[in-house]
Amino acid sequence: MIAEKKETRLESPLIFEKSVPGRRGVRPPAVPQADLTALLGAENLRPEPPRLPEVDELTLVRHYTGLSRRQIGIDVTFYPLGSCTMKYNPKVHEAAVALFADLHPYQAPETAQGALQLMYELQADLSEITGMEATTLQPAAGAHGELTGILTIRAYHASRGEHDQRRVVLVPDSAHGSNPATASMAGYTVQEIPSGPDGEVDLEALRRALGPHVAAIMLTNPNTLGLFEHQIRAIAEAAHAVGAQMYYDGANLNAIMGVARPGDMGFDVVHLNLHKTFTVPHGGGGPGSGPVGVKAHLEPFLPSPQVVRRGEGFALDYDRPQSIGQVKSFYGNFGALVRAYVYIRMLGREGIQRSAALAVLNANYLKELLKEQGYRIPYDRLCMHEFVAQPPEGFKTVDIAKGLLELGFHPPTVYFPLIVKEALMVEPTETETRETLEAFAQALGEVVRRGKEWLEGAPYTTPVRRLDELQANRKPKLRWEPSGQ
Amino acid sequence: MDYTPHTPQDLEAMLAKVGAEDLPDLFRELPQDLLFPPLNLPAPLSEAEMMRKLHELAAKNHSAAGSFLGGGLRAHYIPAAVGPLATRAEFLSAYTPYQPEASQGLLQAIFEYQTMISELTGLPVSNASLYDGSTAVAEGVLLALRETGRSQVLISQGVHPEYRKVLKTYLDAIGAELETLPLQSGKTPPAMIGPEVGAVVGANPNFLGTVENLAPLAEAAHAAGALFVAVVDALSLALLKPPGSYGADIAVGEGQPLGNAMAFGGPQFGFMAVRENLVRQLPGRLVSETTDADGKRGYILTLQAREQYIRRGKAKSNITTNAQLTALMGAVYLGALGPQGFREVATRSVLNAHDLAQRLRAIPGVRQLTPEPYFCEFVLELPKPPVEVRSRLAERGLHAAVPVPEEYGQNLALFAATEVHTEEDLAALEAALREVLA
Repeated sequence: MIAEKKETRLESPLIFEKSVPGRRGVRPPAVPQADLTALLGAENLRPEPPRLPEVDELTLVRHYTGLSRRQIGIDVTFYPLGSCTMKYNPKVHEAAVALFADLHPYQAPETAQGALQLMYELQADLSEITGMEATTLQPAAGAHGELTGILTIRAYHASRGEHDQRRVVLVPDSAHGSNPATASMAGYTVQEIPSGPDGEVDLEALRRALGPHVAAIMLTNPNTLGLFEHQIRAIAEAAHAVGAQMYYDGANLNAIMGVARPGDMGFDVVHLNLHKTFTVPHGGGGPGSGPVGVKAHLEPFLPSPQVVRRGEGFALDYDRPQSIGQVKSFYGNFGALVRAYVYIRMLGREGIQRSAALAVLNANYLKELLKEQGYRIPYDRLCMHEFVAQPPEGFKTVDIAKGLLELGFHPPTVYFPLIVKEALMVEPTETETRETLEAFAQALGEVVRRGKEWLEGAPYTTPVRRLDELQANRKPKLRWEPSGQ
Repeated sequence: MDYTPHTPQDLEAMLAKVGAEDLPDLFRELPQDLLFPPLNLPAPLSEAEMMRKLHELAAKNHSAAGSFLGGGLRAHYIPAAVGPLATRAEFLSAYTPYQPEASQGLLQAIFEYQTMISELTGLPVSNASLYDGSTAVAEGVLLALRETGRSQVLISQGVHPEYRKVLKTYLDAIGAELETLPLQSGKTPPAMIGPEVGAVVGANPNFLGTVENLAPLAEAAHAAGALFVAVVDALSLALLKPPGSYGADIAVGEGQPLGNAMAFGGPQFGFMAVRENLVRQLPGRLVSETTDADGKRGYILTLQAREQYIRRGKAKSNITTNAQLTALMGAVYLGALGPQGFREVATRSVLNAHDLAQRLRAIPGVRQLTPEPYFCEFVLELPKPPVEVRSRLAERGLHAAVPVPEEYGQNLALFAATEVHTEEDLAALEAALREVLA
């Protein structure tokens, strides 16, 4: 154990610094003599090869294995990153994906019927779980799904001749940053709605902001405080009364997956993060997948193509004259779709609902344990899949996070949502044991007991200690340069 | 089956602690008529049952592993080391490296990836990845429009038609105009560029497979005050001039040829590299070297003020989750092959494609549309409808002849060859196509 710690504390040379001219790794099939000048034109050839590393295969293997030991993930330790749903990624998913690796999107559709059937069934399953009537699988991530959903709403308004009049998207002040960023990318003006003292959308403020100029409201429910918006039906009614559409940000669906459906609450559009709720591995920041479900009145505007049933088989339908167009080449991140499909089919109805309920139980249990350790809970009621805490008076969230790293845990999301000072946003997920939750709560108590001086210096034994972010911002060094340059 | 560890004893103790009677009681504050709708989903499956069903589904697909399909993705060989290294559990199960002390592995790997993309493109700054080639084009164009403050885009018809469709979706959203510059004899002609054009986009090789000299287009763009965006094939950069050397301000492309499975179209990754002065306009993650409290070298996400979770409505893009793991596969791939191996893959692909084109265009009724010089894909005019030809070839166990959109002409099909093909493979496709067209 001690030896391992020491090893990870060593400097980690770049793969370029391990490079030795002439050394080779994997060799491709033999290449005959070739006159590239004749084939490609002398004027088109690069004068110098790219300076890629020259390493043997074992050096390559040790390099990346070494890097992986300087990295933590869910498979290493508890990772309660709020609003990210870091639940266990089942190993069977990786076995499943391997069965579909060698399919080309342009092969004849009759030779890809299994893939198309899987997509068709997943479209239906996701519609069922969200209470929607049609789902596109094309968006590549949550934010991409948001853009797709908002453009779908925009196209709907345009089809009714109301686009010029509806220029505003309402977003609560507790929303994920991607919501206002998306609305801007879709050409809308963003108006923020304050939260009330109970942490929920201030319904009166919302009513005042609503009008025929509003295109949509983007809501996360449960919201980023982990609280269910109790007035959701009243919000939807008020929005629909002025012709605005209800957009559901699915980042927090894990709390209510199959238990309460956005479609039944009055939402018109929902995006899902398959890499969160449906446990596609996060991969260090993608690839993800962000399917979008809609009610029937929005279906004609979804991206093209959609997977449809045709006779005995399945086909890609490009005949969608009102569609917003395409948001990604081909049909979406198919590998992520396979994993989500496996997840849904293995859990089945009972497993889906039970997983959501246990995510809520784990969050509430951990919330109680944190209170015992002196942490403050600004909105202390039954939470959903996550909750927001604050450190004991006088302690800084950043220090708590760094102290947790020293004790071997990944910290919660920090300083978000913005409406809570020194926020720690904790999402344990349903796949964690009671013992892990208790050990984590103990660690949160322990870092406080070790005191401010210890905390301000933490972490001590991680591969690096606190990094100079200012230096990186002022004088970013974004690539390796060969020495002497 | 699900993945929850709770025993009945756990449930009892935990419910008591949180003051709930049972699991449904946890939702007691929600509108009750919303709760626990009867879901029309199949009964749960065990792992063994699930794998059996998946094998049944997979059996309805034909592998395109040795295929001659192209148009964005191709059947290249992925060295065995790539998958096991890139998908090590620590990488696979991590998220965005917000806590750098616990994420040095990924951050260093991204820093190395950025260096590799910079080397390939001949541009100094690469971001950490984007979703795919199509969205990389869209993000590159949006960057150019932000930088120039203009709202018109001129794009060569040589850019992949699906990429242009995706770009149109993004531009419609902000009310920017997209004009297409039609190919002439398979190449991008000289263009008149108006004063409102902020981005000019060309592809190399273009969708027909032709290697173009895009320097004049880049010069014309700069003369008009626009930025030039080059859409490049990652593999071609082993042999062809880097876009930074012929005037590209922004280079983007699809990363699949670099160690990523075709996977029915995703996930792979998109890459983007830019000139130094555009770094603060760059969308997506960016990793910088820095030092830690002990003065030791380390890596950290930087210039985060560009991103949505800091800037919200004023962010450069809404992108958050990108394609880190698939980009890592790209980096491992380039490390595995090195400059020599990478060059050999590209060279063999080019040779095979030229051999194949020569064989196929000798078939009666077949004409090559793609002019010289071309890389490893080319387009043929066929005497029969390509959709039908593709199906007849598939019946013979060969996957080839991607139908090309009619904007390029009638009865056109795209073919690709890569380093995986042998002379026998090429001869087999030739024989099959002769049969199908006979």
